[in-house]
This record gives sequence, C-alpha cells and structure tokens, in this order.
Amino acid sequence: MKTWLWTALLTSAALAASLSLAAAEMVYNRGANGDPQSLDPHKTSTVEEANIIRDLFSGLVVHDAKADLMPGAAESWTISEDGKVYTFKLRKDGVWSDGSPVTAKDFVFSFRRVVDPATASEYAYIIEPIAGAKDITAGKAKPETMGVKAIDDLTLEITLNSSTPYFLELLTHQSAYGISEANVTKFGADWVKPGNMVSNGAFTLAEFTPNDKVRIVKNPKFYDAASVKLDVVNYLTAEDRSAAMKRFEAGELDSNNDFPTEQLTELKAKLGDQVRISPLLGTYYYIFKSQKEPWSNPKLRHAISKAIDRDYLAEKVWQNAMFPAYSMVPPGVAGYTTSTTDYAVAAQLDREDEAKKLFTELGISPEKPLKMELRFNTSDNHKNTAVAIQDMLKPFGFEVTLLNTDGKTHYSYLEQKGDFDVARAGWNADYKDPATFLDLGKTGAGNNYGEYSNKEYDDLLSAAASEADPAKRMALLSSAEAILMRDLPVMPLLYYSNHSIVSSKIKGFEDNVMDIHPSRFISKE
Amino acid sequence: MNSAKGRSLWADAARRLWLNKAAVLSMAYLALMTAVCVIGPYFTGHDFSTVYQTYVRVPPSIAPYPQADAIEAELNESLKRARVEVKGWERKEGRVFVTISADKPVDERTVRYLDRSDAFDGAKVEEKSADGLTLTMSAAVSEERFLFGTDPNGRDMLTRTFVAGRVSLAIGLLAGMVAVSIGVAYGAFSGFMGGRTDEVMMRIVDVLYSLPFTFFVIMLVVFFGRNFVLMFVAVGAVLWLDMARIVRGQTLSIKRQEYVQAAEALGVGWLGILTRHIVPNILGTIIIYVTLLVPQVIILESFLSFLGLGVQEPMSSWGVLISQGARNMDGAPWLLIVPSFFLTSTLFALNFLGDGMRDALDPKDR
Amino acid sequence: MVKYVLRRLLTAIPTLFVVVTMSFFLMRLAPGGPFNQEKGLMPVIKANLERVYHLDEPLWKQYLYYLNNLAHGDLGPSYVLPDFTVAELFRVGLPVSMQLGFSALLLALTLGTFLGVIGALRQNKAADYAVITLATAGSTIPTFVIAPLIQIYFGLTLKWLPIAGWNNGAFLHQVGPVLTLSLPYVAIFARLMRGSMIEALRSNHIRTAKAMGLSDWSIIVRHAMRGALLPVVSFAGPAAAGLLTGSVVVETIFQLPGVGRYFIDAAINRDYTLVMGTVVLIAVFTILFNLIVDIIYGFIDPRVRYE
Repeated sequence: MKTWLWTALLTSAALAASLSLAAAEMVYNRGANGDPQSLDPHKTSTVEEANIIRDLFSGLVVHDAKADLMPGAAESWTISEDGKVYTFKLRKDGVWSDGSPVTAKDFVFSFRRVVDPATASEYAYIIEPIAGAKDITAGKAKPETMGVKAIDDLTLEITLNSSTPYFLELLTHQSAYGISEANVTKFGADWVKPGNMVSNGAFTLAEFTPNDKVRIVKNPKFYDAASVKLDVVNYLTAEDRSAAMKRFEAGELDSNNDFPTEQLTELKAKLGDQVRISPLLGTYYYIFKSQKEPWSNPKLRHAISKAIDRDYLAEKVWQNAMFPAYSMVPPGVAGYTTSTTDYAVAAQLDREDEAKKLFTELGISPEKPLKMELRFNTSDNHKNTAVAIQDMLKPFGFEVTLLNTDGKTHYSYLEQKGDFDVARAGWNADYKDPATFLDLGKTGAGNNYGEYSNKEYDDLLSAAASEADPAKRMALLSSAEAILMRDLPVMPLLYYSNHSIVSSKIKGFEDNVMDIHPSRFISKE
Repeated sequence: MNSAKGRSLWADAARRLWLNKAAVLSMAYLALMTAVCVIGPYFTGHDFSTVYQTYVRVPPSIAPYPQADAIEAELNESLKRARVEVKGWERKEGRVFVTISADKPVDERTVRYLDRSDAFDGAKVEEKSADGLTLTMSAAVSEERFLFGTDPNGRDMLTRTFVAGRVSLAIGLLAGMVAVSIGVAYGAFSGFMGGRTDEVMMRIVDVLYSLPFTFFVIMLVVFFGRNFVLMFVAVGAVLWLDMARIVRGQTLSIKRQEYVQAAEALGVGWLGILTRHIVPNILGTIIIYVTLLVPQVIILESFLSFLGLGVQEPMSSWGVLISQGARNMDGAPWLLIVPSFFLTSTLFALNFLGDGMRDALDPKDR
Repeated sequence: MVKYVLRRLLTAIPTLFVVVTMSFFLMRLAPGGPFNQEKGLMPVIKANLERVYHLDEPLWKQYLYYLNNLAHGDLGPSYVLPDFTVAELFRVGLPVSMQLGFSALLLALTLGTFLGVIGALRQNKAADYAVITLATAGSTIPTFVIAPLIQIYFGLTLKWLPIAGWNNGAFLHQVGPVLTLSLPYVAIFARLMRGSMIEALRSNHIRTAKAMGLSDWSIIVRHAMRGALLPVVSFAGPAAAGLLTGSVVVETIFQLPGVGRYFIDAAINRDYTLVMGTVVLIAVFTILFNLIVDIIYGFIDPRVRYE
C-alpha cells in the first residue's frame, strides 16, 4: 500500500516536472461544449468538429479570423460571365502533411466522395449547386458525372447548375474541403485515425480520445506555417457547463465556447472582459401548425407574438445571452436587409394593447380561454423560456400546457408532421446567406414543420435562386421574408449569440457572426 | 417467541418500535413533512407556478420584497423601457411618488410600466405639468415575502419545494406500492407452488436482473415521458425483483411449518393459505422493504432529473429542484440548499424508520 | 468447482440472448432514430445513411444481422461516432471506467466495512451515531451534488486537485472521481456491515468464543467479521458490476472518457449499436460478478457447497 502511494506521488511529481519543461511550447487548451463525432470532413455535422476540421484542413477558400473569405488551398480563382463556371488555381506550395502535393485531382475525388450515396454525408447538400450533384446523392447518376474537372494538377474547374452568388461562401464549409485521395485509398475507413490521417491545414491530428480530447499539433508543411504561433491545441470536451467554468477559473481551459448563461451577472463581475457575447447567425423560434384551426389564422399568430415580451426573455430568462428577434434572418449578412414584423420597434405596451384588442376580436379572454400545447425539446433554457411565455399569455386567456420530450423524439415527431399547436425550433446558419433561413417556410421543405404554404413566397424564393445579380437576389429574398413576417407561420423569438469565455492571455480570438475562430490566427501569452 | 404475557407479535413490535427514539422521531418528522407538503402550499401566499418577473433568483429573506434600498433601482428598472428620466421619488404612507420627464410629452400609459413591476400596485397619475414633459405618478408598494427566495424563473421557492415534496413522496410511495404488490404476488406464488413453476419463475427473475436497469428506465421515460404517474408505475414494475426473491424465500420456509401443512390437510385452498397464513407472516419483511424502496425511488427520480428527464413543468420534484440547484450553486446556493435539506432529511427519517422497524420485527432479538 | 463455474457460464448464454432480444426490440420501439436532429436531414440523405447502416431493412432482418454479428464478436459501428466501432469505443473507455471503478470499490469496501465494524462495536454510542449519520448522508445526497462540491472545495478553494479531465490517468485527476463514486457505496457497505456485525456479535458461537477467553480482536476479526461479511459480499457483486461499467454523472461532471456516458448518451441519441453494446457489456459484467460473489461465498461460508 505504501509503495503504491509513493509511486503515485513520484509519478505525479515527474509529471509536473515534465509539464513545466513543456511550458516552452505554446499550448492552447480549448474547451468545447460537445464531443466531436467524426473528424472526416465529409461525415461531420456539428459545430465542435467543424472547429477542429477547420484547423486540420484547408479548403479552396477559407475564413479568416473575422469569418471573411480569404484564399485557402486555391491561391486565385476566376468566375465565368454567367456565374456558372469557377476555375480555381491551386497554390504551388500546397502539400499534404506527408509531403505529397495537393492536386486538383484530390479535390475532384473529394467532391465526388461527398455526394456519393455510399458516403452518406449529412451535409451533401452544401455542394448541391454543382452540376449533377443532386442526382448523384439521390442515386440517379454516377459520381463521375459531377461537374468538377481537373484541368491539370493545379487547375480545378467547377461547373454549377445555375449562378450561385454565395457559392464561395459554401466552399468554406468543412464538407467542401479536400482530402488526400492516396491517403484514403491506403487506409480505407481508418484514414481518419491519428497516425494515418494526412491533412493540408495549419495543424495535424495527434490524438483523438472520444469524450476526452482531440490533440492537434502544428503542421510544419503548411503553406503558411511561418505565421502559425501555436504548437499544440487541445480540444477538450467540456459538456457540463458549470464544471467547464470551474476548469476555466482554475486555468485548465484557456477558453470555452459556452458558459452557464444563468450565472452571467456573477461571471461578468468575476471575469470581466473574458466573458464574451456577440451576435450569431441563428434564430430561436416557435412554429405554429399552419394548417390547423385556430392556429391557421395569422391574426391569432400575430396577437400571440405581440403579447410576448421578448426583452424580458432576452434579459431575464437568457440573461442577455440572446437578443430579441423580430425577423427570421438575423442581422449580420452583408448586403441583405432583414424584413421585420411591423411592430418590431413599437413599445411593448402598445404591442400588448394591440394583442388585447386582437384577442377580444377573436373571442379569447380569461372567461373564454384558449388551450395551447407548447412542445419543446428537453433543456433548462427551453423550459425557462416556455414557462415565461406561458405566464405572459395567461392574463390574455391562454391555458398553455408544456410538453417536453428528448431531442430525438421532438424532432422525429416534427419531421413526421405530427400534430401539435406550437413547437420550439432553432436554426443556425452553416454559411452566411439568408436563403438558409427562408427555406424553412418553403412549401414541402423538410424543416417546414408547421407545413406553411404560400405560392407567392415560394415564387419569390425560386426567383431569387435563379437570379445572377447578387443585389437583386438579396432584394427578392428580403421581400420573401416580408411575406413570411406578414403571415408569421414561424414566430422568431430570439437571435442566438456566441457566448464564450476567453482568457485574456488568448490573442486573435475575434468575435464574428459565424462563431469561427481558426487556431492558426490565435496565440497565447 | 415470548407469548407468555399474551402479547401478539404486532403489539410486541409496536412496543419495541415505540422505545426506539430515533424511529419515533423519524415517524413524527415524516408525518410533519407530509402534512407540510400537502397543506403548506395553501398558506405560503404564492402559487407554485406564478412568475414574479421582478424577483428572479432573489435570495431568501424574512423581510418582504422589495427591500427598502431596492425601491429606487426597481423604479429605474421598470421605467427604463418607457424611455423617460426619473427626476426624483419619495415614499409616503406606503405609496411611492415618482416624477419623470422626457423630451417629448410623457404618455400617461407609462403608469402601466409601474403596475407591471411586481413591486408596485395601483399606479396612477398624480400630476402633469402644463407642457406635458413632466409627470408625477404614485403607486402602492406591494410587498411579497419569499422565505426561501425565488428560482431562476422568479417563482417562490417555498411553495415550489412543498409542491415538489408532494410529487416526490407520491412517486416514492406509488412506485414502492407497485413494486411490492408485484413482488409479493410473484414471490409468494412462486414459493408456494414450488417445483417446476418455481424454477421457471425464478429463472425469469434472474434474466431480468441482468437487464441494465438504467436502460430500462430511460426507455420508460421515452415512452411515458408525458405522464409521470404512469412512468413511475412502470419504474415500480421494474423494481419488484428483490422483493420477489425475498418473499419467495420466506414463503418456502413458512410453507414447511406444521400449521400450514395442517391447514392444507384440512382442505384449505391455496388462495386461502396464501392470504391467511403466508402473506400475514411476511408482512414485516414487506414493511421494511417499503421503507428502503421509497428512498431508492426518490433518488432514482433525482438521477433522472439530472439527465433532464424528470417531471414536466410547471410541476416539480425535489430531484428536479436539486439538479437545478446544482447548476446554480455558485450564484444562488439557496436553490440547492433548500431542496437538498428537504430531500436528505426525509430520506434520513425513512432510513431510521426502516432500521427501527427491522429491529422491532427481528425475531432473533426477541 | 470447475464444473460448477462452467455450468453457470453455460446458463449465462440463454440469459444474454433474452436480454439482447428484449433490449433490441425495446430500443426500436422508442420514437425517433439516430438521424433525427434539430436540422432535419434531407430525405434523400437520410435514406442514404439508413442504407449504409442497413436501417432500411425489415426489423427482423436487422435483428438477425445483429445476432449474427454478435455471435462473431462484432458489436458493429457507432452511428453517432462514425470514426469508431463500438468495440473501439469500449477499448478506449472501459479501462478508464474500470480503473476508477476498481479504486472506488476498494475504497468503499475497506472504509465501509471498517466504519461498519466501528459502529457495531460502539452500538448506540457517539461513534455509532456518527457512522450512521455519515452512512445515511452518503447514500442520500445525490452524486451530482457531491461532485461539484468536491470541485469547488478541493479544486478552486484549496487548489489540491485539478477540477476535471482525465490527463491520461494522472493520479490527482482520479482522486475526485473516485471519492464521488465511492461515497454512496461506503455508506451502503457501512450500513450492511454494521447490521450484520451486531447480529454476529450476539450469536452463540461468539458468546462461546468469549467464554473461552479469546482476545477481543481475535474474536472480532476471526469469528464475527467472517460471518458478518456475507451480506457485504453479496451486495458487492452488483455494486462491482455497476462501478466498473462507469457512471454517467461522474464522467460528465469530471469530464472523463469512460464508458458510463455512452449508455445514456447512446440511448438518448438512439445510437442503436452502441446502446446494444453497453447492454451486452453491463449484462456480462452483472452475470460475471454474481458468479464471482457466489464463489467468494464458498470461501467465507463453509456451509455453501457447489454441486
């Protein structure tokens, strides 16, 4: 027993010594509020793994520290007159971490792999604008028929179905990244394992322990390795937010992309500027079952919307970790003007007076109450939001019952178009474009859970889809959103925010609407 | 057995229990706790689901809210939305008089912002300047007492703790009863029949033992999530295995007793023997088991709450409150301390009572 | 003895089969599937995913596939963590859970029996009440309250321990989790030991031993404790099976890469193969430890014979 204790003490002492020796290295311990599921760029779906893959790989175009576009594996590109053909010139010094060159063929291989039904990529639709992609995913055509071509080793030509002004923005998504064909051929499905994986980003994969950490180390062969300051980044899974906070305070984490928002006031007092909140491209909204009485009446939907005090939700329930929302598309997309509901700037008093009037017209009062079932997926914050709304609607004569189910049950119920009155949902943008939000109201769209259908709206969306001029396209989308906010089949409540804690030692971690912070631009004092 | 003085087994056990101070205290405590949880919510002055938007996460206090030094902050907070400037205020005879001004004429409806605050009541315009830019209004200070503070939604913790107690105790009892009924019926039948039937029935119990219990419970939550009563009936239906084993063992030994065999010889049917001889004899074991099972179920419910699979809002249980408190322990420790005290003390009492009953009914000690 | 063990292991096979079958169909009755999420997948993509994992085939066929794979020792791929197979996840996670669970079990057994003996020897005295109080507290305060308290006190205030993380099993990183894991079990073992020890001390053979003038310690250790250990041992079986297969609460709060979390996460995520894998794992452990307990019983209690 005693020797055992001694050994333990000695090892921990040795460990401490080795830690202090290693201090010369610049190590960034980066907390993530969820475990990455897959490090295969073509099989990913979550934000956590997107962050890691962004460090490991470099797409044709990439995001900089402010989430603006910059050249990545391609040093330049040209776009044809009609906006349909993109020709990328790969950089000459681009190599994989094993020293072999990054070629146009690798990208052809990768694009085909994403849309191949055998890969079953969840994000195959990201590169759907490429000619033939949709048919391949649906199993109607061979991957070889896709509109991607290697003109020579360093020239890649991509042909689109139609002009897609936000195509470059799409290419920044990790599922459009290239992987080494030779590497995948050599190791098969095991190519993602540490030791096997070669990558072309600022870092390479050293270790992946599920539910623990992903360790990535600086890639000396990266084309811009000279500017990369960090030697090691440890992505540490920190699912329990309170525990993550304590780890941050104890210096075990340099940053975490979440914190217990209910403690915001105390945290700000304790940590000051290290608590960061900034807008994000995401909307928290409630869906009305549009085809069902009485929710089919836009008047009722607006009356409910007016009766909800969003400032209270944002300030009290979410402790300012969310922002009041009156439009489906959050502000922050360059070139786009959001269309809000017409009472967005009114005082809450006026809104409530109007709501009262509308409810009276509809015959709803505390004496003649209306029953409403509110479905949401299990989470403390969703619960608190629902409880607050239940309380806000009560004086107007609503009997709101709450029903929470676990996430899988909730979304499968919505997806199967189950019966409900009002349900919660959220949407975060994968790329900076309003259409990703507006598609939620398109007739027959999978995520249009309330089954809203309006021909005028659909027409505007399809007109926008085939519009080559970016400015005109944005205008069309904006008028589509105006219709959505007129009919209100979905009721935006709050815009999401990034809420992270970042140590003052960390430099180059810039707030942006996509919550993107590539480690290659970050350093630690 | 000491029956010389003509005392029945039960009177004897009751006397022994009565001598056990810890057990008696526990019983009294449990009775008090049940009474408080059942009746308490009618006397706290708050409804368990009423949200006080002004008092979100306020600490416990004997003095009523708003506290004297908080009135100014509350005035500013509630009038902030009206985009007016608070010129000054004073408190007279339970009413607050506040003067506000703005660049534009002040809307008289601004008084409603005061009414909206839970701190004020019956707000009205007292005086308006000729140009309409300055306005004086008054409102009664409405006092609310939160002895245990409020939760992150601004609901009274005292009332919620009581209501949660009802749920927790009901869940414990309900699941306990279900488990015991199934367990006793199954075990007694199996032991009584013996032979092949017994072997098969006990084999089934063995198999069910190897089924991971948490998995079962999570599946039950998924199926019955909307209805916690049904869910805990189901949980009870999973917890009967131990009971069945214990009862079977006892039944086997009682069955061999002479008086049972005599009854059998006299032609008493199996149902008669089971209900008249066997069940009364194992009642002691059953009671002890219930006092052990109830805490087990309450703790299980709190584990489910930690996973976010607890009782549906606006209902609550001690487990739900504790897991909410565990997340708020840095900034709002009362959210953890209050329900933890209720839960822990109740389980303490149940444990002591269980121990006391076991000692009282233990035949070896007699 | 060998024959007995072999027979028990053989009867475990049908038990496992029933457990697997029940769990498989129960899991599939639950609404939702592994590919339902906030951002609903396009039907074409979802269909592709389901085809890749054979989820589009009739349920009985999937069941047969699973049984066949299981018989060949293949637990299948994880749907939610596609970079790993279920077996690979266990290979990484199980050693972590087992290491923590074993330490916790050892601590709980030694401390629990020790406290139980103290309580029994000082029945109804201050030390006894202290033991009872501690034991009751340990089993009534939920672990998800104890764990953050340990983090705050030993981690933030005293700075003796790291807050969380595994750090490849560094000693200090294990202290908090082991303490949290063992506390409820210390409590239960202490209660069991106290109860059976009191009974043993009153029994005839102890009285005889006392009358024969044997020293107190020899009576306690050699005679009383031996018999009193039986209920502790029989509870230690299921306790070991539970501890060694990890704890979701401890692993979540201390952020450890064990297997305990997979069980809950996988069930909530409908990661069917991973759920089935954990079910099999836990069932095997339960059966195994019940067998071990029965064998240990034989050593402690000479009346038990294996036929």
